[in-house]
Amino acid sequence: MDILALSWCGIIAFGVIMYVILGGFDLGIGIMSIFFKDEKERDLLVSAILPVWDGNQTWLVFGGAALYGAFPAAFSAILPLMYIPILIMVIALLFRGVSFEFRLKAIKTKRFWEICIFLGSVFATVAQGLILGTFVQGFNLSANAGAIDQWFNPFGIACAIALICGYVLLGANFLIIKTTGKLQEKSYALAGKIQYLILAGFVMVSVWSPFLDHSIMERWFNPKNMPYLALLPIATLLLLFTHQFAIKKRYEYLPFWSAIGMFLMCYLGFIISCYPYIVPREITYIAAAADRSSLLFMLVGVCIMMPPLLYYTYYSYKIFRGKVTQIGY
Amino acid sequence: MLIDTALLSRIQFAFTISFHILFPAFSIGLALFIVLMETIWLKTKNSLYLSICKFWTKIFALTFGMGVVSGVVMEFQLGTNWAGFTQAVGGVLGPLFTYEVMTAFFIEAGFLGVMLFGWDRVGPKLHYLATLLVVIGTTLSAYWIMSANTWMQHPVGYKQVNGVFKVADWMQVVFNPATFPRFIHMLLASYISAGFVICSVSAYYLLKNKFITFAKTCFSLTWIVLLILIPLQIFVGDVTGVQVHENQPLKTAAMEGIWETQAGAPLLLFAIPDQKKQMNHWEISIPHGAALFNTHQWNGVLTGLKTVPIQDQPAVIPVFFGFRIMVGVGLLMLLLSMIALYLRVRKRLYDTRWFLISSVLSAPLGFIALWCGWITAEIGRQPWIVYGVLKTANAVSMVSLRDVMISFGLIFIVYGIIFGYFYFYFLHKTLHKGPADIKESEGSRQPFQYMPTSFSEYL
Repeated sequence: MDILALSWCGIIAFGVIMYVILGGFDLGIGIMSIFFKDEKERDLLVSAILPVWDGNQTWLVFGGAALYGAFPAAFSAILPLMYIPILIMVIALLFRGVSFEFRLKAIKTKRFWEICIFLGSVFATVAQGLILGTFVQGFNLSANAGAIDQWFNPFGIACAIALICGYVLLGANFLIIKTTGKLQEKSYALAGKIQYLILAGFVMVSVWSPFLDHSIMERWFNPKNMPYLALLPIATLLLLFTHQFAIKKRYEYLPFWSAIGMFLMCYLGFIISCYPYIVPREITYIAAAADRSSLLFMLVGVCIMMPPLLYYTYYSYKIFRGKVTQIGY
Repeated sequence: MLIDTALLSRIQFAFTISFHILFPAFSIGLALFIVLMETIWLKTKNSLYLSICKFWTKIFALTFGMGVVSGVVMEFQLGTNWAGFTQAVGGVLGPLFTYEVMTAFFIEAGFLGVMLFGWDRVGPKLHYLATLLVVIGTTLSAYWIMSANTWMQHPVGYKQVNGVFKVADWMQVVFNPATFPRFIHMLLASYISAGFVICSVSAYYLLKNKFITFAKTCFSLTWIVLLILIPLQIFVGDVTGVQVHENQPLKTAAMEGIWETQAGAPLLLFAIPDQKKQMNHWEISIPHGAALFNTHQWNGVLTGLKTVPIQDQPAVIPVFFGFRIMVGVGLLMLLLSMIALYLRVRKRLYDTRWFLISSVLSAPLGFIALWCGWITAEIGRQPWIVYGVLKTANAVSMVSLRDVMISFGLIFIVYGIIFGYFYFYFLHKTLHKGPADIKESEGSRQPFQYMPTSFSEYL
């Protein structure tokens, strides 16, 4: 075991989950925004994410840069294989980002930019779901260049749908915190419905993924591990019940936090299935790691920069805390 | 030559980065201008400066957003299309990118929200701090990316093990002596590019007789700043040129159109280089000029392109002309700033119609020079992706030509529509609307309204 490389796995995993949660709720709001008929409501939806989407997306950029620096062999193996989904993701994020800016300045074409925000959010999420699906199933580095079955397959599509539900759940829960009245009531209703889809998603992935690869089955159903690993699905279910309870009782913050808890549990399960691979079933994190001096140099930066970074990220959220009002500049 | 993955990937990279660089460069320059205006506002409490600050902040927000999203494309493209490069130098450049994200992107993203939307949520001092941090973020970002690019131009502090580059000394990589002049050169280029846009917009308002107080202030201040920055830029450019000659003599040879190694090489004012015949046509030259500029010696020796086989030479035409256009545009900008000074002394700065029209037209000058400078630097480095140690041809991904064609086609269309049309459409719309908060008749004395009461009213 290599502590330095392992700590970089941890840092990247942290960056990714930060993106999944923070980027997840703003993608989710982007996805559901189109279904709100009232323009005033859509203004509020967009206003809720305007000050923060850029910061949220920076976690994706961070994850990418850290993977580039710490595990160049993994970065250069994964991205060419995932060429099309990555392309779809970056173009979709580009569309979405510019649409936020353009919508603010548009009058007649406002609706058009809203559709772009919706499509951008959907495509970015679908692409991320397909990539996630490939990670769970494992890569095949010897496949022909340009083969699409590696990322485009039933399991990948199922992951994409599950991720859309998950992001919408986060988005709805974020809106519960940020809104009042009718809009908040709608968010409660949406979160209340989508949580059952999430339950269906859990069951599906939990049942499906062990059959995808022998090693996943081995790890999860090995009698030695099972008592510990069983805690994970149990905790997830408890969090789901908490969520259901919180929605029913109209708590404002608890739904969001319990949804984050569910994401964390699923993510933990995903990591357990992948370990010790960084390119699942092909390259381990140790084999892909960059030179020690690179890892150490980056680690120094993380140790110095991460605490203030987390603080001012928290702080900028704090400045925009409370119920959202229409904003502009 | 038939099109292949390598060539198409290069074209795609050139295309995406050419669009991308416009936005950060403009943002860096605008951010500095905005923070200066906010400083003056805090000192004087004259609401005119706040209005200037807020108006350019709208343009900044639009531009910065474009830079962020087109930057994400750049990052992932390094993996999708340039896996060989990533594999070999990821351990060197990746940490620099990671530092860039940690010390710049997060700061920018964290405080941009406050800068744009936080006027009524934080006090003026805290808002000023947010603006200042965004400026620091953009500047640091430029430093990290310039240090990464400089390492590709002039690799130092590394050792090579089985084709993978490992860093022996991080201090050398981060504080590569070649980085400093290039960083300053790029910063000044960004300031100047933004400066010409500000002058252009102000001149447009002056011509249209709109927002006069606003326009006069911007116009006057920016020409003063440009008068200082342009000569400084020419000086820094000269320092950069000498250093390029030391580190990459063949790039200098391509820039100057020098085929034979020679002492006291002439400066070619014009020529048509012919790479096939390894010579120039229609030369017009000043004796000893190139030697003087590149080595600061009358009889300095310049290495000729012929010292390496033709396949190891950079393409001379784009480097040669890119360099000439950059210098030419630079001198034109210097001339304009001198004319502005002359008109100011004569007290005719705001009402000389032909100069106002010239100023309007000069908006793209800074960007043209910046683009040409980068074309010179990047094509001049070829056929190497890391000068002297890694060939560009060995850096591409093993991906299918079909995938690259799909991606380039898609990027071409999307960039064309979004950056080529809509960015300019909304830029024009914002400019047309102008600064919202000054009533011409009352000048700058009216009480300032922090936030529009109605969102829709503001659009």
